[in-house]
Formats: sequence, C-alpha cells, structure tokens
Amino acid sequence: MKARVTVTLKSGILDPQGKAIEGALKSLGVSGVASVRQGKVFDIEIEGTDRAGAEAALKAAAEKLLANTVIENYRVEVNG
Amino acid sequence: MKSAVLVFPGINRERDMARALHLISGREPAMVWHADTALPAGTDLVVIPGGFSYGDYLRCGAIAARAPIMDAVRGFAQSGGLVLAVCNGFQIACEAGLLPGVLMRNSQLRFICRDVYLRVERSDTPFTRGYNAGQVIRVPVAHGEGNYIADGQTIARLEGEGRVLFRYSSPDGMIDPNWNHNGAMNAIAGIINERGNVLGMMPHPENHVEPSMGCTDGRGLFAGLVDHFKLAA
Repeated sequence: MKARVTVTLKSGILDPQGKAIEGALKSLGVSGVASVRQGKVFDIEIEGTDRAGAEAALKAAAEKLLANTVIENYRVEVNG
Repeated sequence: MKSAVLVFPGINRERDMARALHLISGREPAMVWHADTALPAGTDLVVIPGGFSYGDYLRCGAIAARAPIMDAVRGFAQSGGLVLAVCNGFQIACEAGLLPGVLMRNSQLRFICRDVYLRVERSDTPFTRGYNAGQVIRVPVAHGEGNYIADGQTIARLEGEGRVLFRYSSPDGMIDPNWNHNGAMNAIAGIINERGNVLGMMPHPENHVEPSMGCTDGRGLFAGLVDHFKLAA
C-alpha cells in the first residue's frame, strides 16, 4: 500500500523559510500569493493490506519521529 | 569530575569538548558511541556536543535524539546527573524531551559563525557558579538553527523559575534585538530543565578556554562544574 504523511507547521509558528519563498515568488511576479508556509511530505510504502494497522503504525511514526508536535501538525493518508 | 562525551555520526565538536574537559578537569573524558546502551560507571557529567548529527536530516537533532544511548542519558538525568548540551547537543536535548522548546531556523536565514556576548543570568547553578550573575562573557556560536522558541506558557515558566542561564546581549550586558543574532525568544541562549541538572546552550564555551584561542571566557563553565563536584565529594 502507498501512504503519505504530511507534516506542516502549526499556525502561529514563525516560518522564516516560508517567508523567504513567499518573497521569491512575489519577486518572480507570481500573482495572487498571499502567504507561503513550508512543510514536509513523506511517501511511505507499507507491506501487507491492513489499512487500520498501517494508519496506526504511521501515526506512531509521526508522533515518535516524523513530526515535532511542539511546532508541527501531521496528517496520515493510506491509499489502497 | 568524570565526564562522558556522546559521539553521534556527523558530530564534529566532540574533540574540542574533550580537550576542554581534559584541560580544566585534568581527566580524559570517556567518548561514548551513540549505539551503546549504557554510560560508563561513575559518570558525573554527560556532554552532548555540537556538530551536525545525521547531517541535520529531518530536523536538527531529531535522529540522534532517538539513538540507543539516549535512553541511558534520560535515566541519568532523571536520577539527577548533570547533562551539558551544546549547540547540536541543545537541539538533540530538546528533541529528546530533556528540555522544552525547539531551535528553529535563524530569523535572518543565515548560518551564523562568530563570537557573541552572553549575559550570565544566575551564578547559583552548577553550570554557572564560575561566573557572577550579570557578568558578560564572549563565546563563539556556529549554527543555522539556534532560534529558540517555545509556547507562551513554557516561556513564562522558564522566566518565572529563573531557568534562563544565558542571554544574547551587547558587550555591556544590554538585551537588544540588534545583539540577538538568531532571533531567539527573549534572547534565550541557554536554559536549564525544571530540576536544574540539564543545561542546553547554543554557544560553544569549549572554544574559549585557552589563551591561544584569543579568549578564555568559556573556562568558567567547566571550572565551575569541577568545583561543584569537588564540593560534593
């Protein structure tokens, strides 16, 4: 199964990298950009077909390592 | 003082730290590999040195914080043992839950490598007894992610409990945004845990301990620790 864990900064956490990207997009003339927040995407191959088990394992992975929950939120998606 | 310096892949300040510890305590520290599961018997001080453990992959210090040796370090800290965490070590200590908060990308988005001035906030801790409260010391920094942040409640607790030991300041000890190189909240450069036995700091006191380094302001931290253990013995 293919799974994806998306990690994003919590709102209210300053994101200097996102700000720099926002500035670069504006200077490139990309119109309509109000703000940019940078995050991370992890594409993970899961063995077997147990969806619920995979979701639980990936939640544990996010809590233990992939995200720092002091500053980041995460989302787990498992696609068959 | 029996010290143990942790060694992770990608760490590069462990030898500077070992040299400073040997110079000031007169005793060669043990170098402890990250895959080990125990600290040497009789260890007084654990040092998590600076560098770029695991190439700063994922988040600075995130992977090192989950290394086997860190369970032993947590146990050591829980039983009251002293832990000094410098630079990447501070990042590792935060990721390992030994200290609150996070070290974020410097507000200017640049790696900063230069001497900075630190105001020592307290002298009544094992880590700062070699200094006077309010004293300003000059120590190098070398980091891209040293911008300390924590939620409002955590900052209020750190301040209320006097757990900020070092702040970025001007040479005469004024707290000023112009001297807060990385944008850290409240100009925080170093904090201790609730129990007061774990210190995390971004600057490198181990790099200002010999006259040939151009400054010896970092000596007080190590000399204070040596005194602390002498008095305890």
